[in-house]
Amino acid sequence: MSNDSLDGREKLIGWLLLIPALLVLALVFIYPIARAFWLSLFTENLGTQLQPEFSGLTNYLRMLGDGRFWQSMGNTAIFTIISVVLELILGLGIALVLNQSFRGRGVVRTIAIIPWALPTAVMGLAWAWIFNDQYGVVNDILQRLGVIDIGINWLGSPALAMTALIIADVWKTTPFISIILLAGLQSIPQDLYEAHAMDGANPWQSFSQITLPLLMPQILIALLFRFAQAFGVFDLVQVMTGGGPAGATETVSIYIYSTVMRYLDFGYGAALVVVTFLLLIAAVAITSLFLKRLRVS
Amino acid sequence: MATLRDRTKEKSAINTKQIILWISLVLIVSFFLAPILWQVLTSLKVNADISAIPTVYFPTRFTFSHYLELFARRPFILYILNSALVAIISTLLCLTLGSPAAYALTRLKLPGENIILAGILIVTLFPYVLLFLGLLEIVKAIGLGNNYLALIIPYTAINLPLTILVMRSFFQQLPKDLEDAAKIDGYKIIPMLLRIVLPMTLPALVTTGILTFIFAWNEYIFALTFITRDTMKTIPVATAQLGGATLFDIPYGPIAAATILGTLPLVILVLLFQRRIVQGLTAGAVKG
Repeated sequence: MSNDSLDGREKLIGWLLLIPALLVLALVFIYPIARAFWLSLFTENLGTQLQPEFSGLTNYLRMLGDGRFWQSMGNTAIFTIISVVLELILGLGIALVLNQSFRGRGVVRTIAIIPWALPTAVMGLAWAWIFNDQYGVVNDILQRLGVIDIGINWLGSPALAMTALIIADVWKTTPFISIILLAGLQSIPQDLYEAHAMDGANPWQSFSQITLPLLMPQILIALLFRFAQAFGVFDLVQVMTGGGPAGATETVSIYIYSTVMRYLDFGYGAALVVVTFLLLIAAVAITSLFLKRLRVS
Repeated sequence: MATLRDRTKEKSAINTKQIILWISLVLIVSFFLAPILWQVLTSLKVNADISAIPTVYFPTRFTFSHYLELFARRPFILYILNSALVAIISTLLCLTLGSPAAYALTRLKLPGENIILAGILIVTLFPYVLLFLGLLEIVKAIGLGNNYLALIIPYTAINLPLTILVMRSFFQQLPKDLEDAAKIDGYKIIPMLLRIVLPMTLPALVTTGILTFIFAWNEYIFALTFITRDTMKTIPVATAQLGGATLFDIPYGPIAAATILGTLPLVILVLLFQRRIVQGLTAGAVKG
């Protein structure tokens, strides 16, 4: 009896400790998403003098025929897939190198996380300067090497602007992946490799038969985080290209932002938020399903 | 003889491995440092060298004028203070709200805690661009535009999931005996948390606080949207908006100087707390 009431008291205190945090999370994460679902059923733009008018699924129908929306989706897909794949390969390579023992390892490990810690918007400016068409150092190096004769307008041509963005993103976020993967590598017991080597396995075999399978959970976690972040990339694009030239690097997030902030089309912006959110949730659900299956086996 | 040959073979294999290792190390270090060092160099060059063709790699003249310009022509000191204020307050708030929540989710078996944890994990994946519209409406409705609270509250929230996950993995490692002993001694939960658990928690709080400070310092889209008054801007937004008199007159020198000033606090944090940052990130990402 007294034990029961003690438990009840503990639970009450537990909720008191938990609820303030949950309220803040609900206000900043749940409310805006729920609000977007509701607002997406209204037309609220300059045409309605910014007053919400119920319009059902009009916003979603408009999206179907909105070429700019589909282009931004395509751009986002290209950016996400290429940058995440590159980051995963590079991040794994770097983690493998940093897992070796060598003098000065601490220093190199420290250097290898610096880009992750820096503000993306600010470093986007640094990369825009590096890719500057007149005074950029990339053009200068390529000219000195004789690869090109005159400076390339990196941020002014569609495919090259996307390339520059991807390079900057790889620089900025590969460290995150290598941190996660390095932690995974350190948790693989060394005797596994020794036993495997005694069985006559070569380095490639032990990599593909021990390292990769045991690292899979970390790889999937890194993939999950990076996928979500790349899918919502905003800072880097806004600062480096602003979505240009001619929309060639406009990602969904940039399109949402200008729909709301520049065209003041709140209803349509909300519908874009909803669709992006649902796509993201679907992708996350698929990845975590894989993750769960891995953990079970 | 055979053993000698084996040994030299082994030695040369080690050497090739060593050479590959060192080449990759040089590549890694230069890839990660070059953009930063290039920005440092640009910030110290005179304008004529910045816009020289071909590019000047080893300038003979150096200047601090770009840094001075930031403070003379812009309220750059205010931008730094704004960033520091918002990041520090939201970090403290986040730790105050997040650690008790993490404790409750670790020790006090609450109904539905798995659902709550799953929810916390999922929101870490939300891009901020999905949130700014709803938050903008709130900010407008209650007149929070150009108020530090419009940043402090969202920054607290975006860091809460990480805080809860990192602190939870810390509490899981904490031996429960101490708390049990304290209970037998007649401690109530809250005094026990404050007097016995909190002191042991300090290292984990520092680790988490460093991470939340970095995320808050770096945030861009909320700061861009909710703060329009120049004197209240944070470093990332103020730096991104450093424009020249015309569109074609981009002040590369001052931008480079602003980049260095805006990133310097974070570089120092990384140099001092590399281990803690790695620990915190892996605890937050992997344990969850």
